[in-house]
Formats: sequence, C-alpha cells, structure tokens
Amino acid sequence: MLECWSIEATRSIANAVFHYSITPLLHYSTNMIGEGIQSTNQRKHSYVQDHVEVGFFTDPSVCIGCKACEVACKEWNEVPDDGFTWSGNSYDNTGHLGASTWRHVMFLEQDRQKGSQVSGPMGLSAESEDPFRWVFLSDVCKHCEEAGCLEACPTGSILRTEVGSVLVQDDVCNGCGYCVVSCPFGVIDRRPSPLPDAGGAFKCTFCYDRQKSGLVPACAKVCPTESIVFGRLDDLRARGAERVQQLQEAGYNDAQLYDPMETSVRGIHAFFLILGQPEAYGLPPKPQIPTIYLKSAWTSAFATAIASIIATLVAFAFFS
Amino acid sequence: MTSDSQSEKRLEELREQAWKDGVVAGRGVDVAGGPIPRKPGYYGEPVVKPPVWTWEIPLYFFMGGMAGMSAVIASAAIIFHQVDLARAAMWLAAVAGAILSPVLLIMDLGRPHLFLNMLRVFKPQSAMSMGAWILTGFGACVVPGLIAFELHAHQIFPGTLDQLLRVAAGIFIFCSAIFGTLLANYTGVLIGATAIPAWFLHRILLPIHFGTAGLGSAAAVLELLGYRIPALNFLGFYAAGVESVLLIWLSVNKHGVADRAIHEHSSGWLIRIGEVLNGPLAIVLRLFGLVPFAAISFLIGALVSRFGWIAVGKVSGSDPESVFAAERY
Repeated sequence: MLECWSIEATRSIANAVFHYSITPLLHYSTNMIGEGIQSTNQRKHSYVQDHVEVGFFTDPSVCIGCKACEVACKEWNEVPDDGFTWSGNSYDNTGHLGASTWRHVMFLEQDRQKGSQVSGPMGLSAESEDPFRWVFLSDVCKHCEEAGCLEACPTGSILRTEVGSVLVQDDVCNGCGYCVVSCPFGVIDRRPSPLPDAGGAFKCTFCYDRQKSGLVPACAKVCPTESIVFGRLDDLRARGAERVQQLQEAGYNDAQLYDPMETSVRGIHAFFLILGQPEAYGLPPKPQIPTIYLKSAWTSAFATAIASIIATLVAFAFFS
Repeated sequence: MTSDSQSEKRLEELREQAWKDGVVAGRGVDVAGGPIPRKPGYYGEPVVKPPVWTWEIPLYFFMGGMAGMSAVIASAAIIFHQVDLARAAMWLAAVAGAILSPVLLIMDLGRPHLFLNMLRVFKPQSAMSMGAWILTGFGACVVPGLIAFELHAHQIFPGTLDQLLRVAAGIFIFCSAIFGTLLANYTGVLIGATAIPAWFLHRILLPIHFGTAGLGSAAAVLELLGYRIPALNFLGFYAAGVESVLLIWLSVNKHGVADRAIHEHSSGWLIRIGEVLNGPLAIVLRLFGLVPFAAISFLIGALVSRFGWIAVGKVSGSDPESVFAAERY
C-alpha cells in the first residue's frame, strides 16, 4: 500500500510540473519567464495617484505551488509566523487564511481528468486508468465590491482605498471581532496573543504601502509563472475571460471564473480562475454580505421592543 | 499474520481505525488524498471564521438584556406610582447596564485601551456600532436618572429644585427605557446579521428571544429582591410564554445541515436546556406558585441560552457544510 502510494505521488508531481508549469506557458511564448518586463507584475505604476481600480487575477492552471507568494507576503509585511505544523493535507501546511496568513496556496487532489491530458496508468496494472489531478491555487482576501468587514467595523478602522481595495488601519482597530463573523469568505481574523500586535484584526492589505510608491504587491511581484497577476481590474477581467476560453478550448471543460457578481457581494477585486466547483476550494458558491439581513433583524428587534413595552404597561395597569 | 499479543492487537486496531476513518487519534494525520472519503469543502477547513468572542460576550448579552428591560419596568412603575420598585429597578439597570455591561464589553476587546474608538463613527449599517451607541445612550440616561431619582426620593433639596429633579428624573428614566428596550434586543440583530449560517438563518427569532429573555430576567431579579407583586408575576408568565413559543418555533423551523449546530452537538444541548428552563419549566413553577424557583429557573435558562447561541456560532462557523447548505435559503 505504502509503496504504491509513493509511486503515485511521484508521478503526480512529475505530471503536475509538466502540465502546469510548462505547457500553458507556451501560450505566453517568450524566452523570458512569463511576460517578463512587459508584465504588469513588474512595471511601476501610479494607480493610487490616478485612482484606478486594481485587482488580482489568480490562475491555478499556471500555478506551480512554490509558495513564493506566501513567503514574500510574510517577509514584506512582517507578518509573524503562526506555528509550524504538518497538516497531512497534500503539500498544504498553511491551512487557511487568517490574521497571520494573507496568502495561502491550496493543494487540491482530485480524482478527475485534467483537460485533454492523456492520463497514464496510475494503478498497478497497465490497463487501469486512474484519473488524478493536482491543482494549486493561491487564496487571498477578495477585496469585495461590497465588503462585509468594512460595513461591520464599528470604529471606522476598515476603509476603502483609492484603488478599490479594503484596508484595515491597525492603529484604529480595537479588536471587537465583529468583522471576523461578517466576512462571507472567512478571511479576516483577530490575531491571538502572544504574537506581535495581538488583539487587532488583520488581513491582506493589497500591499497598499507598496502601491502608494508605485510598486506591485509583493505576492504578484515574486510569482514566477504569473499565476498571480496584478493590474487594472477591467483589464484583468477581460484577461480572465480570455483565459477561461483558452482553457476550455484546450479541453479543461470545468474551467470557470470565480467572481460572484450576481450576489450581494457584487463582485470581488481579487478574483480567481477555478477548475471544478468553488466548494472544493472552500469558496462559498453564493457569498452574501451580512448587511442584507439587517432589515428583517431590526424589524424583529423593534417589534420586540414595542411588545415588551406594551406587556410591561399592561402588567402594571391591570395586575397591581 | 495476526498474533494474540497485546501490542499486535493495538497495531491491528490502528490499522482498522485508519482504514475506517481516514485518520487516527493522537499524532495521526488525515490521509486526505488517499483512497479514503474526503472531508467536505477544502479538507474540511472552515469557510467562514467562527466568532472569536469568549465568555464575556454571552454574559454581556445577559446583563445588557436584564439592565435594559429593568429600565422599562422602572418607567412603568413610576407611571403607576410604585416608587420603591422603580428605585430598585433603576439600581439594577444602572449596575448591570452602566457598570457591568461596559466592563464586560471592554474586557472582550482585543485592545481594551482603544475602547473609545467605538465612538469614532456612527454607522447604521453596523449593528456593533449601533450597539455601542445604544449602550452609551443608555448609560448617559440611566446614571443621571438614578441620581436625580435618589436625590428627589430623599428630599435632599427643597422646593423648586426638588421639583426640577423630579422632572429631570422622569425624563432621564423615560429615555433610558427607550434605549433599554433596544439594548436588550439589538444583540439579536448583532449576531443575526453575520455570515454564520445558524445565526443569520434565525435573525428574526434572535431579537425576540434576547429581548424577551431580558424582560423576564429583569422581572425575575426584582422578584428575588423581594418585590413579589402581581405585575412582575404577569411579566414572568409573559416572558416564559414567549420563550416557550420560541422553543416550539426553533424545533419546527429547522434548516437541516445549515443550522444543525442548534440541534446537534453540545451547543444544541445548551440551547435546549436554556429554552426549557426559561420557557416551559418557568411557567410550570409559576403555576404552582413557586415564584422564586420560577425566577431562578428563568435566570439560569436565559444565561445558558446566551452561552448556547455563542457556542452555536462557533460550531456553525467551523462547519463548511453548513455554509454551503445555508446558501440555499
């Protein structure tokens, strides 16, 4: 059992490296990695000064699972380590986004064919076909068009920047924890003691500090295959649609964009291409901003208030 | 292959367990990618974040509810000339609402020294912001209201000043009753308007439950303080009656996997125990004339169910299947 499993694992790594890193890059076809200096990931910009909406487009079909984005994010933002544990979940020992994890590379193991890939015999006998694919996707704060955390924040600590991203001002946050339960994607969290700056809520800043100086966010800057692309949101959306079409033509029938425009979140600024269903990535298929529940909840609250006052007046008027 | 020795039996057990569950207790890891059924979502990781709140918040829900409704009882008692009861109720409102509640809320903050930042903005779309303002408004009315009331009751100042104090006390106490009703049930809105499935699915029920439990708790404490009057007995019946209806509503209005945290796990037991104590049991005890026992039963129930709802949030928020299932509603 053990021996068979390690052979399978080795083959999937080889498979993944071939199918994910090399083949799709041929589309971009230069002798440099990705688009080289032409890429929006490497150019200086003035989006903050020009008030241009920016975004991340994250594409698992070219991700090689190197976790450079996680490392770059932690280093640039000086995010503390939150423990070293083995999860046993493929190559993912990060787990999930949180107060001290602002980029998280997911490693999905799925028992299905990858596009037009000719799957070799993975089992012990030469005839048996055992479809298997390994998908990597770098998860991040979605910077929602209608952000649950921003609406919930009672201190005004969370704000919308000139480039449309959602930013937590750490010196204002008093750690009430309401944004934590208001995020439909489970991104933001309160940092526990004894980590540095404990007690406040933290999440991806979209490297607002770098962007103000015309620099690209750290994760996009280091991504070797441009699986993470930083740029103008409208450009990226066009690029995402194009990439989905490209992949579908190449036989990736389950390639789709994850950008929930028709829910109350009204689209996300850091959107993803996904292979398969959003649930497999731990992404809610129909995320809703919790403020849509306010009307019915407050109506109930006012009705209860009135009922309580009437009950009390009745009690004293007729029972004393 | 197999041997009868203890150690070999243990190894066989481990193998069985690993095959059956995909993971063994202790230091074992989940063989997620192996030939074993996987967990829902992404390796069973939570999709939304469970609340970070600890014991202070459910206790605050309890104190705030009791204090707020106590101010309502005080106002009604003044209108119907029950000055003694009104004074006791105002003291309860001030101690629980203007001292204990803010202390509990501040204790739960990640950065307690920045608690004043709550008043930097006024944000109707944030129930937490509205709650901070409601609590502030309540404190700002209930404390001067109580002081003016006590000064008037003890006839400290003569003549016109005393009449002014009487009017001021009336206005402040009336305002604290308005803030108080909201203080008691905004907490239901607070957790009802979140991304936690078991909470937002019951956003109508929660304010009714929290507000009514607050009213019943205030009446119960005043009864235990010795005010055994029919008016408070009626309020005890009213609150326990409403809670009984909510218990039935909760057991009828089920959403399957989406709100299973309310019906399963230890969180489900907290909800059930709490609702039985402040619903049916409180009514039965009151019917038999065991008013102090009914009051104690109601108070324990109100407290346990507040802890229950926070526990439900933690279970429900950590359950990816609940989040996916809730999106159908």
